[in-house]
Amino acid sequence: MKELLTRLTAAFGPAGREEGIRALLQRELENLGESGAVVDDLGNLIVSRGEPADRRILVAAHMDGIGFMITCIEENGFLRFTPIGGIQVHSLPGTRLRFRGGITGVIGQEKIKEQKDLEFSRLYIDIGAASGKEAEQQVQIGDTAVFNAPLAAEGDRFIAGALDDRAGCALLLETLKRLPSTLPQAVSFVFTVQEEVGLRGAQAVSYRINPQFGLAVDVTRTGDTPEPQFKTPVSLGKGPAIKIKDNSVICHPRVTALMRRVAEEKNIPYQIEVLEQGGTDAGAIHLSRTGVPTGALSIPCRYIHTPGEMVDRTDMENGVSLLLALLQTEWNGSWGRSW
Amino acid sequence: MFLKELSELPGVSGDEGRVREFIREKLSAWGIEHDCDTLGNLYAFKNGSKGAEGGLMLAAHMDEVGLMVSAIEKSGHLRFYKVGGIDEQILVSRPVRIGSNAIPGVIGAKAIHLQKKAEREKPLEVDKLYIDIGARDKDDAAKAVKIGDYVSFAAEAAALGGSFKGKALDNRAGCAALLEILQRDFPGSFVAVFTVQEEIGCRGAKVAAYRLNPRTALVVETTIAADLPEVREKDQVTVLGKGPAFTLQDDSVITHPRVLERLVTVAQERGIPYQFRGYTGNFTDGGAVSRARDGVPTGVISTPCRYLHGPASLICLEDWRNLMEVVDGFIRSVLAKGL
Amino acid sequence: MLSENGAKMELEDFLKEITESDGVAGFEENVSGPIARAFAPYVDETRRDNLGNLIFYKKGKNAAAPRVMFCAHMDEIGLIVTGIEERGFLRFSTLGGFDARTLPGQEVTVYGKEKYPGVIGHLPPHLCKGEQKKKAPEIKDLFIDTGLPEDVVRAGIDVGAVVALRRNFVTLRHRCRAGKAFDDRAGVALLWQCARELSRMDHAADVFLVATVQEEVGTRGAVVSTFGLAPDLGVAVDVCHGDFPGAAEHEVSPLGKGPVITSGPNIHPCLFERLRAVAADYHLPCELDVSPGPTGTDARAIQVSREGIPAALLSVPLRYMHTSVELLDLDDLKTGGRLLAFFTTSLDRAFVEGLACF
Repeated sequence: MKELLTRLTAAFGPAGREEGIRALLQRELENLGESGAVVDDLGNLIVSRGEPADRRILVAAHMDGIGFMITCIEENGFLRFTPIGGIQVHSLPGTRLRFRGGITGVIGQEKIKEQKDLEFSRLYIDIGAASGKEAEQQVQIGDTAVFNAPLAAEGDRFIAGALDDRAGCALLLETLKRLPSTLPQAVSFVFTVQEEVGLRGAQAVSYRINPQFGLAVDVTRTGDTPEPQFKTPVSLGKGPAIKIKDNSVICHPRVTALMRRVAEEKNIPYQIEVLEQGGTDAGAIHLSRTGVPTGALSIPCRYIHTPGEMVDRTDMENGVSLLLALLQTEWNGSWGRSW
Repeated sequence: MFLKELSELPGVSGDEGRVREFIREKLSAWGIEHDCDTLGNLYAFKNGSKGAEGGLMLAAHMDEVGLMVSAIEKSGHLRFYKVGGIDEQILVSRPVRIGSNAIPGVIGAKAIHLQKKAEREKPLEVDKLYIDIGARDKDDAAKAVKIGDYVSFAAEAAALGGSFKGKALDNRAGCAALLEILQRDFPGSFVAVFTVQEEIGCRGAKVAAYRLNPRTALVVETTIAADLPEVREKDQVTVLGKGPAFTLQDDSVITHPRVLERLVTVAQERGIPYQFRGYTGNFTDGGAVSRARDGVPTGVISTPCRYLHGPASLICLEDWRNLMEVVDGFIRSVLAKGL
Repeated sequence: MLSENGAKMELEDFLKEITESDGVAGFEENVSGPIARAFAPYVDETRRDNLGNLIFYKKGKNAAAPRVMFCAHMDEIGLIVTGIEERGFLRFSTLGGFDARTLPGQEVTVYGKEKYPGVIGHLPPHLCKGEQKKKAPEIKDLFIDTGLPEDVVRAGIDVGAVVALRRNFVTLRHRCRAGKAFDDRAGVALLWQCARELSRMDHAADVFLVATVQEEVGTRGAVVSTFGLAPDLGVAVDVCHGDFPGAAEHEVSPLGKGPVITSGPNIHPCLFERLRAVAADYHLPCELDVSPGPTGTDARAIQVSREGIPAALLSVPLRYMHTSVELLDLDDLKTGGRLLAFFTTSLDRAFVEGLACF
């Protein structure tokens, strides 16, 4: 898991510019013997297992991450930028970035009266260029960057940028590796694009696949740190979380019930998540076409959208176990609710 | 070149009828097949593309921001709602036209002599403003206008130096450009859609893209130029005279890399100046179109415009003509070799 | 339709039954039972879609006639448990938009392993100091008290448990009634009245009456049910603000003067005109309103479904929206149901085909 996560978090892939991470995922899939992966017009990567049937589960983890885009190269060689996805401006000054070509930059800040008034327009990226001309030889307007934050392992904890949602991608790859060839229903694993800017890849791919059920695999916030910013009982190391709701979706009660039942039957530890902010691909999937009963499996993660995202190895492993068990369970059960 | 006529027509979001009628007359005169949907989008099928899916879609919105009569006071004054993102500061002391009979009115406020100093220092809010049509009382006003009537600026469009000024250039400049292009000969078919309700949530474009199910889309827009005194280069968004602006990313869409690449190639091949829109906020029809069905590779190209959404917005005619040449080249390029 | 005591169920009985039931956004199952039972005698088919929207189909006389959709949302705003504290106090977040100031002292039902009654607790005024006294409470300052010991709470209630407000139906003077979840069970009751009227009429159009889910969290039920039905037109039935002292005239509508027909960019002008004309033809009272943008109702979703679906909005004036003492006049429901039924009989293929002719 550590090696896989190291590779995945090192790949380049801010929302809208996912070529790097997609190429890596394709290689990882080929190494697993998956040759039938399909890429759609927006760049979503799709792998299907099981016979095409009238029952298919779409399992999504997004390959894109937050990032930065150059909007202006100033005469003095400093770069102005815009965030891609939701980034806290106060966490940025002094942060190292890397561009697609490998160039390193650091975020600097103009003088401002009150630190609380900090805005993106008061920040810039310094790539060491002495002039605008020199900078233009290395980068151009529209180029993107991500946190320069390679993976470190401390005990059972992994620390890296982009664990949101490469941890989910790793969970899907690991599940694919161990998934038996016969399944009670078909499954489409999708590594989606542009989740961080509004669940855009998932919306398109759900329409294309037209699944009967949906499941998003993403990270969620924890409340297990000193005076946490978000009050939630979810903790690192206590198992994957079964989502009840976030801002984009109220998970289908039948799907969450199924997830809890399977976890309990297989003795897999789990937590319950009620998220007040944020959304996931589940939000787009469940509103596709005539509606898709959808759930979400979350990996607890501290410091989301910073270079120091942290997840727990056992949560990942239990997440794989739960996803494996779920996909080997028949999902039709008593969907037609009676009254 | 239709810019003047189109600019002067009233067409607030939801009330695009007069703009639609103007464009439809032209299409009929030129023998271009066209129809409408139930929202009022107008589709022009160049070279008989009606019914075909998977083609090229161009779009420009017909609607403009404006006001709507919300109540008639006992005194005969009209209160109003805002329709779309209109800047409240530019409302006061403004002639307007109301409803289908274009009843003239002016927006008044308490005279400066009667205001306390503290009042004068605050911008005037909508609930402090009213429209005066010269009515004696409520009954008299009700003979000329009714609640729900749309209100647009009364403003003459005209050349101003090498520029052109008028109201609603966002996005009648885009409509006028598409009309010019539709008159030319092309070696294949495409659909140009004049959309409704962009300013209140890109609602027309959403259903138009669903209907056409295109494989490629280009949205022709008008965008902010803030090349004004005391605005730093990085905050100018676009600059008048530097050519059409290509959107890298806004709040609703990340221009598809292949579309962006093609726009740049076309501009370079034709020797047309272009610029990137150096701001990534705001929503455009590009967002709605790119998310239709299973996703549409989409780009946005704009004429830079100072004082956007105001009664006297300003574009550079050279930029507008250059925009047409890039759009023309893009169409020919996509027709010749796809995206 | 016979209710339990054998009497014929009337509009008021139906409204009482469904507004004393719970169905918080995303968890509408409990209220869908009584709704489905009451509609059954008047419709040809009942089904439930993937997200739980209840769809009642009433067959028309003519296969070539339009297919129309009338919808009202059955979900209500509610709460959801986010944490369990020492001594068993429950912290919560909201499902839908609440004014936190209306919550202290409200009685609730917590849906844990079983149903637990509770009250929403807050710091008593004697203990509030200085600034705190003047400040309105926020959701994070409030908690639910079930009166049970912590171990019983933890054994029976989990994070994610849904909480509904408790309120018995209140009968006021004349035809005024008050209670919770009138937004938008009042609309569902109006649809039920429409179904009853239609069962006594000949109508060519196929009618789909839909009790939608998850409107309060973003018209999610209407998004998928409209896509699924792909009707020729859709009318959302919801509530609008009723008049009360101090409100600006143009922001509210009077109670008892009929349902409100809205116009504006979200509404197809021909549907607005047709509803008005039908009301005039049948001498049904109605009020008018305008909305300058997408309305905060299911009509917002209907209009932009698929290739675009002509939408209209019919509203019931309601005072004190999003509280547990929402108040309406029963006559507005009755009139609205009749209006929708006569509107249905006025529809033909030519009318629908004209909706794309601008």
